[in-house]
Amino acid sequence: MLDIEIDGKAVQVPPGSTIMDAAELAGTYIPHFCYHKKLSIAANCRMCLVQVEKAPKPLPACATPVTAGMKVFTHSELAVDAQKGVMEFLLINHPLDCPICDQGGECQLQDLAVGYGSSGSRYQEAKRVVFHKEVGPLISMREMTRCIHCTRCVRFGQEIAGVMELGMANRNMHSEIQTFVGRTVDSELSGNMIDLCPVGALTSKPFRYSARTWELARRKSISPHDSLGANLVVQVKQNRVMRVLPRENEDVNECWISDKDRFSYEGLNSEERLTKPMIRVDGSLRQVEWNVALDYVSHALKDVANMQGGESIASLASPHSTLEELYLLQKVTRGLGSGNVDFRPRRREFSADGSVAGIPWLGLRLSEIKELSAALVIGSFLRKDAPLFAQRLRQLARNSGKVSMISVTADDPLINLHARATVAPSELTTVLAEVIKAAGKLKNMPLPAEFEPIDPSVTSRAIAESLVAGEKNAIFLGNVAEQSDSAAQLHRLAQQLANLTGARFGFIGEAANSVGGYVAKALPTALNAYEMFAQPRKAYVLLGIEPELDCHNPQQAVTALKQAALVVMLTPFISEAALEYADVLLPMAPFSETSGTFVNTEGRVQSFNGVVRPLGDSRPGWKILRVLGNLLALPGFEYESSEQVRDELLQSGDEFVSGLDNAIAGVPVLNNAVRTDLQRIADVPIHFADPLVRRAGALQQTRDSVAPTARMCATTLQQIGAADGEPVRVRQGAGDARLTAKLDETVPSGCVRVAAAHASTAGLGDMFGTITVERA
Amino acid sequence: MAILGAINPILTVDIEGGNAWRLDDYVKRGGYAALKRIMAEKMPPAQLIEEMKKSGLRGRGGAGFPTGLKWSFMPKDFKGEKYIVCNSDEGEPGTFKDRDILSFNPHSVIEGMVIAAYAVGAVRGYNYIHGEIWEVYKRFEEALDEARAAGFVGKNILGSGFDFELFAHHGYGAYICGEESALLESIEGKKGQPRFKPPFPASVGLYGKPTTINNTETFAAVPFALNMGPQNYLEAGKPNNGGTKLFSVSGHVNRPGNYEVPLGTPFMKLLEMAGGMRGGRKLKACIPGGSSAPVLPAEIISECTMDYDSISKAGSMLGSGAVIVMDETTCMVKALERLSFFYYEESCGQCTPCREGTNWMYKVVHRIETGLGRPEDLDLLGSVTKQIMGRTICALGDAASMPVQSFIKHFRDEFAYHIEHKKCLVPLDVQRSGSGFFKATV
Repeated sequence: MLDIEIDGKAVQVPPGSTIMDAAELAGTYIPHFCYHKKLSIAANCRMCLVQVEKAPKPLPACATPVTAGMKVFTHSELAVDAQKGVMEFLLINHPLDCPICDQGGECQLQDLAVGYGSSGSRYQEAKRVVFHKEVGPLISMREMTRCIHCTRCVRFGQEIAGVMELGMANRNMHSEIQTFVGRTVDSELSGNMIDLCPVGALTSKPFRYSARTWELARRKSISPHDSLGANLVVQVKQNRVMRVLPRENEDVNECWISDKDRFSYEGLNSEERLTKPMIRVDGSLRQVEWNVALDYVSHALKDVANMQGGESIASLASPHSTLEELYLLQKVTRGLGSGNVDFRPRRREFSADGSVAGIPWLGLRLSEIKELSAALVIGSFLRKDAPLFAQRLRQLARNSGKVSMISVTADDPLINLHARATVAPSELTTVLAEVIKAAGKLKNMPLPAEFEPIDPSVTSRAIAESLVAGEKNAIFLGNVAEQSDSAAQLHRLAQQLANLTGARFGFIGEAANSVGGYVAKALPTALNAYEMFAQPRKAYVLLGIEPELDCHNPQQAVTALKQAALVVMLTPFISEAALEYADVLLPMAPFSETSGTFVNTEGRVQSFNGVVRPLGDSRPGWKILRVLGNLLALPGFEYESSEQVRDELLQSGDEFVSGLDNAIAGVPVLNNAVRTDLQRIADVPIHFADPLVRRAGALQQTRDSVAPTARMCATTLQQIGAADGEPVRVRQGAGDARLTAKLDETVPSGCVRVAAAHASTAGLGDMFGTITVERA
Repeated sequence: MAILGAINPILTVDIEGGNAWRLDDYVKRGGYAALKRIMAEKMPPAQLIEEMKKSGLRGRGGAGFPTGLKWSFMPKDFKGEKYIVCNSDEGEPGTFKDRDILSFNPHSVIEGMVIAAYAVGAVRGYNYIHGEIWEVYKRFEEALDEARAAGFVGKNILGSGFDFELFAHHGYGAYICGEESALLESIEGKKGQPRFKPPFPASVGLYGKPTTINNTETFAAVPFALNMGPQNYLEAGKPNNGGTKLFSVSGHVNRPGNYEVPLGTPFMKLLEMAGGMRGGRKLKACIPGGSSAPVLPAEIISECTMDYDSISKAGSMLGSGAVIVMDETTCMVKALERLSFFYYEESCGQCTPCREGTNWMYKVVHRIETGLGRPEDLDLLGSVTKQIMGRTICALGDAASMPVQSFIKHFRDEFAYHIEHKKCLVPLDVQRSGSGFFKATV
């Protein structure tokens, strides 16, 4: 530790710290714009100039390393003179349009100008004007004249998002922040640049001109989307969510959130919000009062249970539901005598259920990722499935960790990869077996005889080498691995590789409560999420899902729902599809209007309160299920609050849930059968993944939200006899879809990439099943 | 022939004739002897650096930093590649000496770089050549091919076991790329913007590796200094200012061009070599070290000798040795306006004081020149220069401010007259009778 003095105050700082770090330790504020703790040092704004004893010139606090005995003066005449000088320079070309600027009231330049600016300007010349830029539906760059060239946005792109979408073109005072000619900003983390911008140059397009910062109440919440559980500040005006910003939590989302977390709030105020209960009467849905609706549901369910048996009822929940909703849903379902309950609608293969020692989870804490020496990600559209998880791996790779991928398409994860194999979904197990073989050889460990004929490729050997050489390694199974037909095999193979190399292994997880659903016991004792549609039931209770978009086989799901006598949906939204099969629609509050709990992928318990009152007659899901339990006269439904529901499952105050364990019994069986059919690769595009984000207007206009196409490599295209851009008809079972064929060399040959979760592909079958393509 | 005159020349001896730049010719003049001797003797690098220190050779690019000392900053036990970079991005207005060295004596630069690489343990070198001298770049490439073929560059140089590969790199003309860290960024394929220092290139340089950067003339002087012996080289100049220096004399003289003279030669002698003042007019002022150096009025510069210490004492800098001579027909406001425009145009735009300040200074000087000046403008300019100097990432901010400060300091009356009378103190017809060297931009 070094002893230094800041403004006469003694501070001890670790060697290698900058004056800025030391000032933070000492509790001294040094004004700055370009400095940001998560970005590299640019030292270009010069606002943090301070006086250092024996230095002839003022030095930038952000870039100057401390030395033993250094004496720093942040408020001396020299320092303040330098800071004021910089402020004058920053303002001479700034438009000073605070009254009409969206950043007004939360602007670093405005704040610091109060302290360091003067009341008039000595600059009498014409000011610079910077032409506005059009960069997509999320970020507004209409007033680039406000830019102070701090390059935080540029560095964010290069260092955090992994792609330099913004850069500073030109030189001298004509320098401008812009994209490469005509391009838009498409990173899934782009919204963070709005937060980083210290002035009103980059502003939020959906939020612009809708509220002033001081009109907004700030309320804590948790993102309901991906499995990371990003911490949010939800900003509310007149009972309406106006904006969502990150709430810093170094262990979870650091200070970032994905664009999905940030802009999905637009869906909360969507026109498709269901605000009154509805019941199908004489073939059409009519609005009714709550008591009528719940009476109807309880009687109808009881009738089905009494006449057809409890097993003719099935309940399916979205993994984006809260812990409390999931717990009560399974309690109601089991109370009706049914074991058909699940929360994993996009899964196909469930044979691991019952063989896993505990609750499947990430296998390590998120904060441990930075300590890894090597990581292997199997079967994941990483950037789109888990943007901030990908960001952590990106930082790992930047800091010399070795990150490898085995995936089904060669999408660019914007990570400097050590090795990568891209194969058809059915061959993920083959590659993993190769890596095991190579690792076994490196470790001199015997392997079962069936590994004998395997000849590892160069890539597999490179992956094995990184896992064997590293000190702390991890293997992560992504959404594709969990959703594929060989989920249990991949689980067992990952375990075998982990055992062999001493690596940790786990699941990245698909949704906000992918771990929580296990904690809530929302698991089948009879039919699972796939079987409950494959073997149609008489009655269905659907919680927060839209089966035609959220199920592994939507064709099968919708067929089953259409034949059912009773379909009860607890949902915040109404949709065209639901009008066809739903018999009862109960308006359920989305995450912003209910209290609840999400358990993220590392098992972290994150409870939250509602931030606004439920819209119209919507009610929190846990309350609906609680009353339903009462009406069904089921025991144990006396809850007064969602906390009581939670505390029945968890020890109050637990930071992490217990019972997390990925260990799986049984040995993997290698399947050597070679598939010759055309396989579908179904990704779940980032902004189609759940009902809320599907209704977020601005996100739906991004490049990530373009309608699905049939993407194939040149070889496959040739086999089909179609050309790039031609219309084709893709077929799975009884359903088909008319799409455009698209040449895409990232797709392995023998595969067609057709996204799921979109209306245009809702008629298709299994996400990774056989598919046929013909020219339309 | 662009070397127009010399006194006891070292670098430019016998480089007349069309083939002087060729390897054979250079070897005939004693070229590569220093390298051969070092390789044959396997001279310890530490001893080599010591000899450079003794020679008193100081960086010829502008800052005048002692070369041997700079070399000694390179970490000795660094694991990994180290680099040598030659700065031939000669962009300082008034300077045109490196161009001629590369055209007429390229092998001296190559030899100097190989010796420097040996001294600091570098395995790779780059010569970053200014973007607007394409012919010179091509010639250097050709000379490099010759040196490579002859075994002076490449693997196992002269059988010594020492490997060093050298490449030429062609810039695109931004002035800021002559700043060493911006130059490194540019070689790396990035936008040419200076880096914050520390760390200095000797610890974190090209591609993050320890790097020594010297000017073309510095490298060119290395073999000669070693051949003569460090003591002789030092004595060719004056104490602490060893050797000779190329001066690029431009402006209102009869024979503008490059002149090689020993450091310490009187300014008036240099002026005489350049043919004296054009049309026999009176000397008014001189910028002795390139456009960034403070201007000196006739009475001060006439007393100076041309070396680092003397010019520094007079309140300016020897800089790159670009001597810009102005006669009595020059309007100093117009001259400053042109200089300020240059710095405004060439500021990289990265850091606030330089980006905004150079623009502000130019606009104010321009206003004065066009007759719209205000009485408070001179104090305003002084204040703006103070807000820039010492507060920027690189030296461009200082370089832009020093002309403004020195012009106003030495020629304040002329500026005040301009503001008050909205016209030049030097009558327009007098200005027109001169060479029109500094043309106003509007």
